[in-house]
Amino acid sequence: MSDQVVMERNELNGLFTALQSQGYTIIGPTILDGAIVYDELASDKDLPEGWTDEQDGGIYRLKKRFDKALFGFVVGPYTWKRFLDPPEKRLWRAERDGKDFHIVPENETPPKYAFLGVRSCEIHAMAIQDRVFLQGEYHNTTYKSRRESALIIGVQCVQAGGTCFCVSMNTGPKALSGFDLALTEVIEENRHYFVVESGTIRGETIIAGLAVRPAKKTEVAEAEKRISHAAENMGRSLNTEGVRDLLVKNHDHARWDEVANRCLSCANCTMVCPTCFCSTVEDVTDITGEHAERWQKQDSCFTLDFSYLHGGSVRSSTRSRYRQWLTHKLATWIDQFDESGCTGCGRCITWCPVAIDLTEEVEAIRKSSSMESDPPIEKGKS
Amino acid sequence: MKTLEPLIAEHPFFKNLEKSYLELIVGCASNVRFDAGQFIFREGEEANQFYIVRQGKVVIESCPPGRKPISLQTFSDGEILGWSWLVPPYHWQFDAKAVELTRAITFDGKCLRNKCLEDHSFGYELLSRLVPALGTALEAARMQLLDVYGVQQQQ
Amino acid sequence: MDTSNPMIPQPRKIKRVIRETHDTFTLCVEPETVELEKSFKPGQFNMLYAFGAGEVPISISGDPRKPDVWHHTIRDMGVVTRALTNLKAGDTVGVRGPFGSAWPVQESRGNDIVIIAGGIGLAPLRPAIYALLEERDQFGEIVLLYGARTQEDLLFTKEFERWRGKYGVQVRVTIDSAGRDWKGNVGVVTTLFPGVRFDPANSVAMICGPEVMMRFAVLELKNLGIEDRNIYVTMERNMKCAIGFCGHCQFGPSFICKDGPVFPFSEISPFFGIREI
Repeated sequence: MSDQVVMERNELNGLFTALQSQGYTIIGPTILDGAIVYDELASDKDLPEGWTDEQDGGIYRLKKRFDKALFGFVVGPYTWKRFLDPPEKRLWRAERDGKDFHIVPENETPPKYAFLGVRSCEIHAMAIQDRVFLQGEYHNTTYKSRRESALIIGVQCVQAGGTCFCVSMNTGPKALSGFDLALTEVIEENRHYFVVESGTIRGETIIAGLAVRPAKKTEVAEAEKRISHAAENMGRSLNTEGVRDLLVKNHDHARWDEVANRCLSCANCTMVCPTCFCSTVEDVTDITGEHAERWQKQDSCFTLDFSYLHGGSVRSSTRSRYRQWLTHKLATWIDQFDESGCTGCGRCITWCPVAIDLTEEVEAIRKSSSMESDPPIEKGKS
Repeated sequence: MKTLEPLIAEHPFFKNLEKSYLELIVGCASNVRFDAGQFIFREGEEANQFYIVRQGKVVIESCPPGRKPISLQTFSDGEILGWSWLVPPYHWQFDAKAVELTRAITFDGKCLRNKCLEDHSFGYELLSRLVPALGTALEAARMQLLDVYGVQQQQ
Repeated sequence: MDTSNPMIPQPRKIKRVIRETHDTFTLCVEPETVELEKSFKPGQFNMLYAFGAGEVPISISGDPRKPDVWHHTIRDMGVVTRALTNLKAGDTVGVRGPFGSAWPVQESRGNDIVIIAGGIGLAPLRPAIYALLEERDQFGEIVLLYGARTQEDLLFTKEFERWRGKYGVQVRVTIDSAGRDWKGNVGVVTTLFPGVRFDPANSVAMICGPEVMMRFAVLELKNLGIEDRNIYVTMERNMKCAIGFCGHCQFGPSFICKDGPVFPFSEISPFFGIREI
């Protein structure tokens, strides 16, 4: 948008007060129960200063850094989807009056969120969910209003996590758009500052009220150098070439059985995934039977009930449920929304209790694939 | 007898059959008529013929002790009825009954069996026409077994 | 319907309840006035909400030319459908819809039409039949092959005579299991093909029934020479939202709620019949 500016570390809290004075609730990274999660922040003191996260398949642990970086980690178990479309929400209430009933819709005044510390992969995840919830004939109304009002303050990644592969998915590490502001944290021997870029008019306006000055070429170069460093140190990679056909046509591959032997069907991967959007509804009544409610809750294709149909589940085996998840994420998502459902954030690898790694699964199928033809149509004869 | 030839020759079951074989078949064929309710054959009886239904409807039934007869399958215009004549010990496994007035062509199975033994080419020709019909019947029976319209029980 | 919040059911009065068979009934519901302009397309469905019990997708089984009443033919097979069974004329039901794709009625003008229905599958096909008969002269032969479990499970039998007599529809019915009082056909629905008149090269087929039945029917139609793109089937999967948000109804790349429930077979054939897909 405009030229980049520089904000010194000790001016960062000015951003907090500026946002708060404009009525924003600031959500950003903070430490909770041994992990960096997204939660409401009161000031820059709530940020995980001097902490980093060590990640690998099935492994996540916080470690002290040798510096006082505020954003010196990658992504944790939380995603922004919990703020854009709450994992549990009441859709409406119904009140009985005699033989009739009437519906009382849940009219939410959307919270005014400022998301601070949104990574490039997460900005892409929002764009992916936009296509699911906003692109068609119908809109997810909660998501729509929250998404429209949310201010996005990105943070460019200057280090890569052990399970990151955004480079493979073309979603990072540098966010090029989709933010109001984007910060790049630079720590030099005697200096700690942020190179700040605005992506929207809204972002410009906020910058205007901050203690900043135009960035020097050398400062911008320092920032870029660090982002490149992240790009070159991805913990994982995924060859996406032809992955749509690879998975769709190998629906009968023996690897699905193999992974099913390890998969616990715990649904962790879908819970931590920033693009997984599935939900279910629950209908409840009170004891008088006069009052009913419908709740929408986050759901997962790993549960047995997910595919329940007339007395049985269509996907009764773990094999079929893992296949559904992976094939949807990397393959049929492309048919549905013209892009992959994966951002390469690596959360599903980190948070899998048995360290199942989708990059490894795809590679295993690729190595032993026999895809000469379309999947056969089952012949009725036997 | 001659009048049956074009009828048989045109039936899909006998289509493109060599002329000498067709004559053989026609030689074993005759017209039959069953009134509504009349049994065409009964379970346990010797099976020495098969039928092509020309017009009408035939039902294959089984009657378990203490229960009402169960209809298993119906045959109507153009369909082939009966194959027990080809498989030892040549006894019918079910009852066949005309549901309505039914006209059919009956074929002498005993005669055809012997011809098959004498002339294997003829036997192959006949069997390669009969097996698909049996296959279709078997598939249909399996489908019925699936009870696809019933409410599924928890697996 | 009100698209501003598609998750909100509209309470509607039940005008009439028709008992169809021992386990199947039809709820006739008055739609909202503004919805009359939009009507529904044959093959579409509504989400019906029984107070406190929940919501289920139910196809619209009535006449699209009479959009002032929406018919929903429901088989009692679960908690919500059981709750819907208990509703009477004058009661209220929640309605969202109509949703989904339609049978290709207008698109099939000039062709023979082969309709294959199994069990409750005749319900979503009935609006298509009404629409076909509305402009009967636009179509060649119209064939209806209908299979059910027993004589007691056959739906809409009273209408068959009119369809046969007045409109020359070749209606053939068969059941899987029959007693002695049944004079009709016994056997699976595909056994009804012999003797039925239609030109496979110029036919459009519409199939709705249990998935296994549809697999056999598709196979038979292909054997007869009808092309995949001229065969239409309806698919069914678990469904919570009906608008593509809940993810439950995915079938390969398709969302059955918004891409279906009616699909040209050519569109779903790569996934049709794959186990646990």
